[in-house]
Amino acid sequence: MYRVSVYVTPKHGVVDPQGAVIERALPALGHSTAGNIRVGRYITLDVEGNDSDKVKADVDDMCRRLLANTIIEDYRFDIVPTGEEA
Amino acid sequence: MAGASARFGIVVFPGSNCEYDTFHALSTFYRTEPFYLWHKDHDLKGADCIVLPGGFSYGDYLRTGAIARFSPIMQEVAAFAQNGGLVLGICNGFQTLTEAHLLHGALRRNRGLRFICHPQYLRVERTDTPFTTGMEVGQVIQVPVNHNEGNWTAGAESLQEIEQKGLVAFRYCDAEGKVTDEANPNGATDNVAGILSESLNVLGMMPHPERVCEGLVGGIDGRAIFDSIIEYVLQKRVS
Repeated sequence: MYRVSVYVTPKHGVVDPQGAVIERALPALGHSTAGNIRVGRYITLDVEGNDSDKVKADVDDMCRRLLANTIIEDYRFDIVPTGEEA
Repeated sequence: MAGASARFGIVVFPGSNCEYDTFHALSTFYRTEPFYLWHKDHDLKGADCIVLPGGFSYGDYLRTGAIARFSPIMQEVAAFAQNGGLVLGICNGFQTLTEAHLLHGALRRNRGLRFICHPQYLRVERTDTPFTTGMEVGQVIQVPVNHNEGNWTAGAESLQEIEQKGLVAFRYCDAEGKVTDEANPNGATDNVAGILSESLNVLGMMPHPERVCEGLVGGIDGRAIFDSIIEYVLQKRVS
């Protein structure tokens, strides 16, 4: 079994309206040092299996076909064995 | 000829909410006989035109239209579109068509993060399509927008292809037809309000033509689109 963390973020160059609004809000709190704010999505999932390459290939397929829209989003993921038998 | 009117199949997903408006417009003002198609079905029931209506299919979870595109009926809708069948996606239906890769691009949160709901001017960009005959290039029509994720964009390659092939059907504009940033309600790239597939038989648009088919509710500009579809279908039947 693997614990998988998927990070989905707006592609470089794609305007991120949420990031832009946060960027305008932070100075109101006295933080004028933050810039280039991008808002994405963090997804965790447990995936059964003992073969890390197979799990990576499966998760990549999940990301490409559903978890991210690759027209506007990039994704990356980490996998960590949980120590539990699949 | 009996049953001569165009047959519209309106797909209903869990969370769709504009299917009744569409049904009402088509049955009241056109006397066509529209019918609903449940998303779990696999039968398009002989429809001439499939409408994917507005709403919040699957609660807009993950991304708008992202789950609806995997509904069983979407396999048939995709095959129908690939065989030249007419598909009109309105608002959430447009979002679903982009997620299904039947249309270019993707729809993101509106610029400014506001849900927008107001009458909107659109400039007609081409009239040689099944959806826009009877209009004029440059004509301005007024159709309401009602969405949170209408900020259309596409990758650089797609944008180039869209411009080269002239796949933009409508752009957001002002009352005079000027396509300006001020007239852009949601930040969509190049003010795109509606785009066509390469074979011109699939149209996705954020504004709601089904809501302006009756003067009583503020206008009849939406009729031009349904007029065009019906004329196209009937002509095709004759030929």
